Amino acid sequence: MATTSTVETLKKTPLNAIHRAAGARMVDFGGWDMPVECSGIIAEHMAVRTGVGLFDVSHMGEIEVRGPQALELVNYVTSNNVAVLVDGQAQYSGLLYPNGGFVDDILVHRIASGHYFLCVNASNQDKDFEWIISQNSFDAEVEFAGPNYVQLAIQGPKALETLSKLTATDLAKIRYYWFERGEVLGVPAIIARTGYTGEDGFEIYVPPEEGERIWAAVAEAGREFGLILCGLGARNTLRLESAMSLYGHEIDGRVTPYEARLGWIVKLDKGDFIGRDALVKQKESGLARRLAGLEMRGRGIARDGYRVWAGSQDAGWVTSGSPAPFLQKNIALCMLPMAASHPGQKVEVAVRQRLVEAEVVPTPFYSRKN
Amino acid sequence: MYPEEYRYTEEHEWVEVDGDQATIGITHHAQDQLGDVVFVELPKVGIQLHATISFGTVESVKAVSDIYAPVGGEVVEINESLVDAPEKLNEDPHGDGWLIKIRLSDKNELKNLQTAEEYQKYIAAESES
Repeated sequence: MATTSTVETLKKTPLNAIHRAAGARMVDFGGWDMPVECSGIIAEHMAVRTGVGLFDVSHMGEIEVRGPQALELVNYVTSNNVAVLVDGQAQYSGLLYPNGGFVDDILVHRIASGHYFLCVNASNQDKDFEWIISQNSFDAEVEFAGPNYVQLAIQGPKALETLSKLTATDLAKIRYYWFERGEVLGVPAIIARTGYTGEDGFEIYVPPEEGERIWAAVAEAGREFGLILCGLGARNTLRLESAMSLYGHEIDGRVTPYEARLGWIVKLDKGDFIGRDALVKQKESGLARRLAGLEMRGRGIARDGYRVWAGSQDAGWVTSGSPAPFLQKNIALCMLPMAASHPGQKVEVAVRQRLVEAEVVPTPFYSRKN
Repeated sequence: MYPEEYRYTEEHEWVEVDGDQATIGITHHAQDQLGDVVFVELPKVGIQLHATISFGTVESVKAVSDIYAPVGGEVVEINESLVDAPEKLNEDPHGDGWLIKIRLSDKNELKNLQTAEEYQKYIAAESES
């Protein structure tokens, strides 16, 4: 059984003391001391699918780009087309290396003309910032803004009703992947209809000194809807059911958006951007491998790193595998040769000393009805 | 919480001895660390276990954990009900959530295990470090 690591060396969000006081189980997540579960991953997962859950995701990084050529810089370092965004709109995108692999996967928000707000992965934020700076031959300023925000995720079918109690902003008018700059409890907030759970919900960015007060108020506002506090364990199972990529698992510096089935975030016709040449070549030559969804058919749980066999050959590996609490199946994403990546393909997952039957299935495993 | 008559390992298993037989499970602390248990893999009846060697696996939503034999012996019964109800390991780890029963090979091996008091001190120290 694992034991705790040295807490003193880990980074903490402004809500760390609240999590510890609430008795959350804490883990070292990419150098951050974060709650992995509060009342149990299954209960937390189900609360988000059927009611509402509250997550502290302040470990995520923020990078702000401002200036006359902010658009040109962000468009050059990302694969999606930033030029189509209007004020108040957000976009999922790839920050890519010249080889087409991911530096990170990020959200780009257009605050205003000449002002973009990037939300990036916690453990990548230093690397991302340095990467963007190194590519900045434009008239634009890049600010490392992580410490300026507490980020909370309020997720689930009751997220709107919960958060509505605390803001005058008409949340129903914010469409999926749009945001408003408003107030929560009288405090300036970016209120975005985004999330990493496959459920309706909001991510809000507020000043760190107001984090504890807003956290407590959201928890109270959601109580009548069964709101529970959620950790990174449920965040992971929720995103996996929805087949969303996690950096370091599905994607990294060696995996391209096409291989990760994220071709929709690549806009080759938008003009030059880092990684474009490699992606054009890959598109022309065709893919050798890509991500696929698996459902276990035999008794066993696929876990990250387990090998996947197809046609008596060691063919690929599990990038993320887990029980899926809502679907009540054992599911996985895996990297497979193109020929073995189609739904219906029978494969086997090496679970310790056994090969357990599994089948390639369409993704996402779960999509919400509303 | 931790029955006085049980003996415990540093790997968080417990043993309850009844004559030449022993029942083995994982401790409350172990299930608490694991979280929601969703899968249990146990040896077949008749298999010979050796002390400190892994004999099975418990999986929670987030983690896989090997279970080690506290003492040696032949497996005489396994808790079949855990296949359909692995949550028993969370609900009643020292009772209904037992894993296997064995016929002890050498009762002297029990001397290597911790008493309830020693085990509780051990986990208190472990969580502080």
